[in-house]
Amino acid sequence: MDELCTGLCSVLVEAGADAGLAQFLSLLVGVLLVSGVPLITVILLIWIERKVAARIQDRIGPNRVGPVGLLQTIADMIKLLSKEDITPAAADRVLYNAAPLVSFASVVLIWAVIPFTPFHYGVDLEIGALYFVAIASFGALAIMVAGWASNNKYALLGAFRVVSLLVSYEVPLVFALLLPVLLAGSMSLLDIVNAQTGMWFVALSPLAFVIFYISSQAETGRAPFDLIEAESELVAGFNIEYSGMKFGMFFAAEFLHVFTNGILMALLFFGGWMGPLYYESPLIAFAWLGAKGGLIYFTTLWLRNTVPRLRIDQIMAFNWKFLVPLSIANVILISLALKIMQELGWAPRDLMGASFGQMLPTTFILLVINGFMILYLLGMMRKRGREARRESQIAQASLAQAAAD
Amino acid sequence: MAPLWMYLAVAAALFSLGVFGVLARRNAVAVLMSVELMLNAVNINLVAFWRYSETGTDLLLNGYAFTAFVLIVAAAEAAVGLAIIITVYRNRRSVIPEEARALKG
Amino acid sequence: MELNAITIGFVVFTIFTLGGGIGVVTTRNLFQGTIWLMVSLFGVAGYFVLLSAPFLAAVQVLVYIGAIAILITFAVMLTRSVTRIKERYIRILPSFIVSLALFLILLFGVTVPIFSGHLPESAPEYVASTRDLGAALVDENGYVVPFLLASVLLTAAMIGAIFIARDESA
Repeated sequence: MDELCTGLCSVLVEAGADAGLAQFLSLLVGVLLVSGVPLITVILLIWIERKVAARIQDRIGPNRVGPVGLLQTIADMIKLLSKEDITPAAADRVLYNAAPLVSFASVVLIWAVIPFTPFHYGVDLEIGALYFVAIASFGALAIMVAGWASNNKYALLGAFRVVSLLVSYEVPLVFALLLPVLLAGSMSLLDIVNAQTGMWFVALSPLAFVIFYISSQAETGRAPFDLIEAESELVAGFNIEYSGMKFGMFFAAEFLHVFTNGILMALLFFGGWMGPLYYESPLIAFAWLGAKGGLIYFTTLWLRNTVPRLRIDQIMAFNWKFLVPLSIANVILISLALKIMQELGWAPRDLMGASFGQMLPTTFILLVINGFMILYLLGMMRKRGREARRESQIAQASLAQAAAD
Repeated sequence: MAPLWMYLAVAAALFSLGVFGVLARRNAVAVLMSVELMLNAVNINLVAFWRYSETGTDLLLNGYAFTAFVLIVAAAEAAVGLAIIITVYRNRRSVIPEEARALKG
Repeated sequence: MELNAITIGFVVFTIFTLGGGIGVVTTRNLFQGTIWLMVSLFGVAGYFVLLSAPFLAAVQVLVYIGAIAILITFAVMLTRSVTRIKERYIRILPSFIVSLALFLILLFGVTVPIFSGHLPESAPEYVASTRDLGAALVDENGYVVPFLLASVLLTAAMIGAIFIARDESA
């Protein structure tokens, strides 16, 4: 108890509070602080997202409320809060109201394990990476509950599509996540970042990063995987019956999830807070993490506003016939190669604290293996593309023939 | 730390609830859910006994590892069980276990 | 028992576990039953955290809420006539008596050793970590054979489930 009780807790105890109560209160304050960060971030994120989308589409975006439209989100929030809060008569009242909360909580809870700097984090769980996967699975359940509780055909159809998508893309996501875990030899996010002192994991296996990137794009339901909303087909998808701030919570959860994934990718593959002078001050470390996460976040926005939506069968086929086998092969090959190199003494036993020079041969060999895999895949895709083109040519020719007859 | 018997009492209550569900519920899906309750009651017991047992110097991981295996079996059981329920439903339009008696002699 | 975070946690998780369990066996609506099941199993995951087995807690949430809940809701939707069953229970009275008797016997069984002092009152300080579990799972003196068998079981279950549930006509 004593070593747990520091800082605010010890102050409370000196002021005459009960030790258990003081510990509980100081924990509560910590929890509020960690969960407050994402809540404030999301206000900014919505503005950034709208500005970026506007620029890509050659518009200006929000520019009326506040300087360069910065207060637009606040205005929108006030609008959503003052809207009529409708619950459909046939809805399951309790579940209907719980779904947006669970959806938002499933994203905010991820932030508990994110280390912002070497010294500032909510909690350093020994199972951090697994915790992330477990918490993210609440999101799928929340969507299912929302779709069912609305008692609406479109909502249920939308929920079915989303949940099958989310469950499918969780498989490559977890396999890609396994790679940093295997390389670092730990599931703690702090350890994973520290293991990248010598070399970022993206250099050891760019393929794992790409798989993680694609599947997290699908997990957040962004284009080209935006079947969740698919305005033109499903009206609005699972959240069709939601209005006011309940809709706003689904909305905020999605936006925050994208940014959270950006930060996670920065932590898992780009060395987190590592960068010149990061050890000088926690602020510099935090800035590095923010810059890396922000850059990845920006590319996801870019992708979202550039590519068209895929059909559900294409998405499923892409996942089960391409991403899943690829991610499994990647994990097996890379971990096997690393183990062999460690036995031969070419690679450091423990990546934690290995220097850049020690990591060079490992990086080179793993990169070559990944390069060969990528080349093989490109060849395969080229062959497949040719076949598809030939088939469509034959089909067109026979159509023309039929028309001529 | 709550004493061991409290965990065991909760597990006993959960197990009994599961038994009641399996015996009394008419719907096969509900029966399957009750079986999950029973499995989890067993898991609580395994982990609680593991945590409270004196290990001394060498590591005893029996309770821990067994629980992991129970989880694996539970996942497999749910997948196959639900597949069977869906097939029976498709063939006989019924989810009541008593009505699937084609193999009864 | 003193009032601290662990005691509060124990009480909360007990409410979750048993409340959810009662919900599962009494609710008429199967979809709500699934949600109750998830509440109950979330409580069990909480117990695992209290018992210093965070790995099991995370796996519990991942397997049950991430996978089995989704599976069950899909099954509930696919067997829609479920909601048309009029009576929830059969042989409710004998089942209730049997399960109550079982509960009393089990409760007797776990409380008697307290008075004879056979049950440990407090847990040992040292606790095995997830790393130890991982090492034990692939240790030849540990659980490598069950571990391999489990992977075979999962593969067999996957193939079996797909084969059984596949619609031949579609």
